[in-house]
Amino acid sequence: MEQVTFFVTALIAVASAIGLVVRRNPLHGALFLVVNLFCVAVLYLLLRAEFLAAAQVIIYAGAIMVLFLFAIMILIPGRAETGRDPFRRQRLAALPLGAAFLLLVGVLMWGGPPPGGAPPPPGGAAAVGRLLFTDYLLPFEITAVLLLAALVGALVLARRRA
Amino acid sequence: MVPVGYYTTLSAVLFTIGVVGVLVRRNPLVIFMSIELMLNAANLAFVAFGREAGQLDGQVIVFFVMTVAAAEVAVGLAIIVAIFRARQRINVDDLNLMRW
Amino acid sequence: MNDIVRAAVAAFVLLNAVILVVTYLTWVERKFAARLQSRIGPYRVGRPHGWLQPIADALKLMIKEDVVPSVADRPIYNLAPIVFLLPAFLIFATIPFAPGLGLADLNIGLLYFLAVSSLEIVGLFMGGWGSNNKYALLSAMRGVNQIISYEVPFILAALVPVLLAGSLRLSAIVEAQAGLWFIAYPVIGQLAFVAFTVATLASENRIPFDIVEAESELVAGFRVEYSGMKFALIQLAEYTHLFGVSCLGAILFLGGWLGPVLPGPVWFLLKAVLMFLLVIWVRWSFVRIRVDQILGISWKVLLPFTLILLMATGLWVALRGGGGVA
Repeated sequence: MEQVTFFVTALIAVASAIGLVVRRNPLHGALFLVVNLFCVAVLYLLLRAEFLAAAQVIIYAGAIMVLFLFAIMILIPGRAETGRDPFRRQRLAALPLGAAFLLLVGVLMWGGPPPGGAPPPPGGAAAVGRLLFTDYLLPFEITAVLLLAALVGALVLARRRA
Repeated sequence: MVPVGYYTTLSAVLFTIGVVGVLVRRNPLVIFMSIELMLNAANLAFVAFGREAGQLDGQVIVFFVMTVAAAEVAVGLAIIVAIFRARQRINVDDLNLMRW
Repeated sequence: MNDIVRAAVAAFVLLNAVILVVTYLTWVERKFAARLQSRIGPYRVGRPHGWLQPIADALKLMIKEDVVPSVADRPIYNLAPIVFLLPAFLIFATIPFAPGLGLADLNIGLLYFLAVSSLEIVGLFMGGWGSNNKYALLSAMRGVNQIISYEVPFILAALVPVLLAGSLRLSAIVEAQAGLWFIAYPVIGQLAFVAFTVATLASENRIPFDIVEAESELVAGFRVEYSGMKFALIQLAEYTHLFGVSCLGAILFLGGWLGPVLPGPVWFLLKAVLMFLLVIWVRWSFVRIRVDQILGISWKVLLPFTLILLMATGLWVALRGGGGVA
């Protein structure tokens, strides 16, 4: 059962990722990306990372992607990426390069880490939260500062120049 | 249980699709979304390795990656919108003002 | 395999029960609104009191012609009602209607609810975009703005009962209210409930926050171009989502299935309908406010308010020594 779920989800994830890259209309691409992010959330569930799966849907599908959709609507798509591509040959070179890259990453990743032997702990909100507020307290606080900086930065950038 | 190798392979495939997207497309928004795809592929590998190592640290790192991605999107989209306002076109090849 | 079949049957039963309840909630709303305005409401179809009206409405919408605008972005236009409807149904998966009566009592139940219900926005967006209509597009942009702005205070207000109960599991939150419902919890409970209700009104696009629909300026919002069955699906999704959030309110603040004499599910349904009627009551009593006012309320009033409230609750729980980690 778990295998079936994995393969179906993985297939949808890959297909939607390809859809993102292939579709001309950026809005269609964004919707494909939403599907992809949702699939990754399902995979997190399979990996027993329940808290992350929920966070993934709330943050990515609920917030980040909506920002994307919003930006696409403001920027009036359709006009983008039409006409002749001056760098067509360079772009076609991306395909063999991508294949080579996949081979490289695949070889590196296939082995995986040495098995730790310990049974995988379920990633509930309590366990992740405890780790966040003990061992990772300093990085956690730093992300707070980072978010504040991003907030201010986005506001300054988005303001219409007077 | 699905072996960790499957997850890492999927992660590698998704990451590569993201890389190809960045190389092939001209629309900065799509390039940006491809970067998000790559971040997600890396996250998936983190969680899979974390399960294999029997630790939750991988998940904590993914949590941080999500936060950074959110911050990045907010600023990045603001930059893209600002560029669009200034130039009325969005095509990464035109943005060569700072090219040496 | 047996488990899968059993889960599927349970989900099917729950789905149909929810559809039935929601269908009749539209009738309740019309009757209730009519009372508020000294009217009678639906009366003709099915006597007494027009109790067949929802069925007649559903039948009418099903046999109506399904018009697709020629300029529509077809795949997106056709998928939008389904994408809009799915999250509305999925949120019922973790809701405990009584002890042990519910599909899945996850230990991250509330997070699941918030995550799934935030997906609704994608469907709204697809509908507005796919119709290729300026009113629909404007409505979708407003909706996205508004829902994103109010999601944060909504989550923060919903976290107050979580802190008091010390668990994200919805059934545990209900059980923690055995002595005292959280709405009766001194000061904190009432303030959180008010914040929760305001955020609910806004995230459900209800008056006074219904700029997404705003008949007088945007015709009918993002669903202008929809007709027939697709329109019915969108309406169903809106009411189902509202009922889902009412159920959440009943769980978080009104003690879920707890109550004397009557059996648990009856109490639960009564409380959920009470929450629903509260929203309807506000809808028929207030006027619509402007876009900038809506966003101002969210960011300048509600967000700081819920943040401070959450911190105060955390402080109180820490001093009391209760709650803790589940």
